[in-house]
Amino acid sequence: MTTRIFGSGIRRREDPRLITGRASYTDDIKLPGTLHAAILRSPYAHANIKSVDATGAAGQPGVVAVYTGEDTDGVLNGLPCAWLIPGSDLKTPAHPAIAKDKVRYVGDAVAVVVAETRYQAEDALEHISVDYEPLDVVVSPKAAAQDGAPQLHEDVPNNIAFTWALAGGDTDAAFADAAVTVSDTITLPRLIANPMEPRSALAQWSAAMGELTLWNTTQNPHIARFVTCVVTSVPEHKIRVIAPEVGGGFGSKIPYYADEAITAFCSMKLGVPVKWTETRSENYLITTQGRDHIEEVEMAATSDGVITGLRTTVYAGMGGYLSTAAPGVPTILHGLMYSGPYNIPNISGTVYGVFNNGAPVDAYRGAGRPEATMLLERMVDLVAAAVGQDPAEVRRKNLIPKFENGHDVATGITYDSGDYESALDSCLSAAGYEALRAEQAQARADGRCVGVGVSSYVEICGLGPSQVAGAVGFQGGLWESAIIRFYPTGKANVMVGSSPHGQGEETTFAQIVAGELGVEVDDVEVIHGDTDNTPMGWGTYGSRTTAVSGAAIAVAARKIKEKSRALAAHLLEAAPEDIEYEDGRFYVRGSPDQHKTIQDIALMANVAWNMPEGMEPGLEASAFYDPPNFTYPFGAHIAVVEVDPETGRIDLQRYVAVDDCGVQINPMIVEGQVHGGVVQGVGPALWEGAVYDDDGQLVTGSMLDYALPRADLLPDIEVSSNTTPSPHHPLGVKGIGEAGTIASTPTVYNAVMDALRPLGVTRVDMPLTPEKVWRAINDARNGG
Amino acid sequence: MTVPVEITINGKACSGEVEERQLLVHFIRENAGLTGTKVGCDTSQCGTCTVQLDGVSAKSCTVLTVQASGSSVTTIEGISDGVDLHPLQEAFWNNHGLQCGFCTPGMIMAANELLSKNPSPTREEIRHGLEGNICRCTGYQNIVSAVEDAAKAMGGR
Repeated sequence: MTTRIFGSGIRRREDPRLITGRASYTDDIKLPGTLHAAILRSPYAHANIKSVDATGAAGQPGVVAVYTGEDTDGVLNGLPCAWLIPGSDLKTPAHPAIAKDKVRYVGDAVAVVVAETRYQAEDALEHISVDYEPLDVVVSPKAAAQDGAPQLHEDVPNNIAFTWALAGGDTDAAFADAAVTVSDTITLPRLIANPMEPRSALAQWSAAMGELTLWNTTQNPHIARFVTCVVTSVPEHKIRVIAPEVGGGFGSKIPYYADEAITAFCSMKLGVPVKWTETRSENYLITTQGRDHIEEVEMAATSDGVITGLRTTVYAGMGGYLSTAAPGVPTILHGLMYSGPYNIPNISGTVYGVFNNGAPVDAYRGAGRPEATMLLERMVDLVAAAVGQDPAEVRRKNLIPKFENGHDVATGITYDSGDYESALDSCLSAAGYEALRAEQAQARADGRCVGVGVSSYVEICGLGPSQVAGAVGFQGGLWESAIIRFYPTGKANVMVGSSPHGQGEETTFAQIVAGELGVEVDDVEVIHGDTDNTPMGWGTYGSRTTAVSGAAIAVAARKIKEKSRALAAHLLEAAPEDIEYEDGRFYVRGSPDQHKTIQDIALMANVAWNMPEGMEPGLEASAFYDPPNFTYPFGAHIAVVEVDPETGRIDLQRYVAVDDCGVQINPMIVEGQVHGGVVQGVGPALWEGAVYDDDGQLVTGSMLDYALPRADLLPDIEVSSNTTPSPHHPLGVKGIGEAGTIASTPTVYNAVMDALRPLGVTRVDMPLTPEKVWRAINDARNGG
Repeated sequence: MTVPVEITINGKACSGEVEERQLLVHFIRENAGLTGTKVGCDTSQCGTCTVQLDGVSAKSCTVLTVQASGSSVTTIEGISDGVDLHPLQEAFWNNHGLQCGFCTPGMIMAANELLSKNPSPTREEIRHGLEGNICRCTGYQNIVSAVEDAAKAMGGR
């Protein structure tokens, strides 16, 4: 028997059902008698609803019911915002599931048709007439915050949903004394998360039992149950939320949406199961988007490139309403990371959360941290250029020196452990940095535009201590729980409250149990995603699942081990303190042949024929793990690009990533997370960006118009890692889900800017499309 | 207005009365009850609905059911019995070529055709061959490795 499974890149245990097409995602689930819902959506970004006439739809073939905001008003409660940042003058205007009086973005729900087939439901939508009074529209979050801008909500002056300020040190003095200051305005466009599985909800109401079952594409079924209770008024214990197979989320399946509330409402009205599944076009219009920042940033430094201060003003678009976690993203998850991996003694920032006429904005992979890393890494490169030093060297001289157990930064948080310089060195070495610079010099001499981009990053992950969550206004906890249950045959189930949806934790979690208790990984089955058979948990986001749920599993496994030790002692007629454990065996010290395996113990505990005085039967343990601190993974990335100055086309030639996510349980899965994360960050640097026109119409409304990374656009990513354990985590792990996305946008952006510098181009807004790059080159050639 | 159709799916005859406008992917998922084939977009971009139609890979969201009547369709459920895996399935598993799994059936079906046309593709050729299928999780790298690996297992090189 081997227990070395912990730390090994074993292939995933969830894969057989996925590769054979036998897995069930929400839209794959069929219940007898299911009706299908289609939702009528506003074609206007901002309009008063003067009237809705649904009578034309009611008689259409197959139509069973049509509901409007008049029907849901007073029955469904408004969709709650669940991150209420204290001290930010936060406004939370009403967010009805179906708009009754006013629509605030293209896609806002106006009515729902329920029919026997989806085709019939979609057809009938055309027979609902809505009389809209169009209103002026504002799209840019900065424009929306100005006096005289169109007002989305009556009680929210200047559309400012909240104002959050951060100050550490004396930033004004730092800038007054600075030898060098640099500044830029950085625009991070809206991004569309694009999980390959569109969102879906299947609601089944049992009037007889007063019970609601909701199959839902959610990253957090227990939160979905909690909010379904708030919105539908069905008691929480009468709601079962099931997240079956979920096809990616990247943050966009954290929020609670109007659509699941509407679907539940329809099932409750009609007493039959009702299913709604979004089209991709709907996904682009209504599923929460990411970023939408306008960042006005300044950095102060000495003439030798030592950073002395950072100052920001950020306008963060919120869309038409505040989505579930939206206010926390550009504040807690963004501003608190303004020091990055650097010593920056003086930091101040002001973030305005602003309503604008677009889809609601919420967490998208990295959530706040890519926006912070982008501005920092851009500023560091500008400082390097200003002082005439190599960007890697400027980073090195500003990195926080290695620390193993806590480091305070000016934003008021305490990083757990870090060795940023080693990560940078590893990355420079893996990339062959010196040779790269030499090749670049030669290329430039030959008239070619080659650029090298460097980034260092640290992220805040493993969310997080519940007391902190409460202090920063998160309307829930951030602990996780796990139950490990051994059966008489020595096999075990692990039940967790978090809900992985592609990250592979059915494997990773089994590896934790195998490592702690010496069982075969195939003898452990992980159960997640169903609120009826899993313990409470807060879900999968913020690189927290392995970090927090994994810790709960380790703690539960250690409880199992202690009970097993006591039972083994009893069965072996020895004192518990004389029992040693190794590789799934409990033996009397000095007599390894006198032993009980964990399987022996599982059998004896379950039959309970011979238990010690006072010991309960069974071999089961649960643990609630509330992390004492966040975790802070970090790393350094390098990209090499070549720009064709005649076309503006960018060729991403190399990408080198060195990440340190602490102890790795399954390095194969870690590497996969880095691959996917990096590509998701390269996307917005080069191709991705949602575009709304001045009327608030989404121009990039399909996969034809929104440029997602494709296989042929990318090189192989060169991945390696260092290991700096988290000092406060039972397994030393930190989390890896978002690292690539956080680092790669600035890395690629900096590489392109580096390539363009000899041409006199100093800034281009993302995404760096060939057209924008070509125009910037020509503008520079023509004297800027 | 419905039309009778008969399509052989994974070797089994499936007949039905369908609307003329019904998409083949909906026939596969709803009428034949084979949900391994996914719907990921509505503009024929993502490739999650890729099947083989008379031996040629096709995006089943851009084919009408009536167009496929009389044809033979192979879906992800048809390339192996789910126990003894197709070399591509095995290779996707071995190479961590999937995360959420939603694009995987279409990706495997597209890769299958790629290998039937080019049994020994380079990584570059694989990347080009799969540019009609979108994966948002993996960054494609391990998918490319999986296809490369499957090509070897299938005797390509």
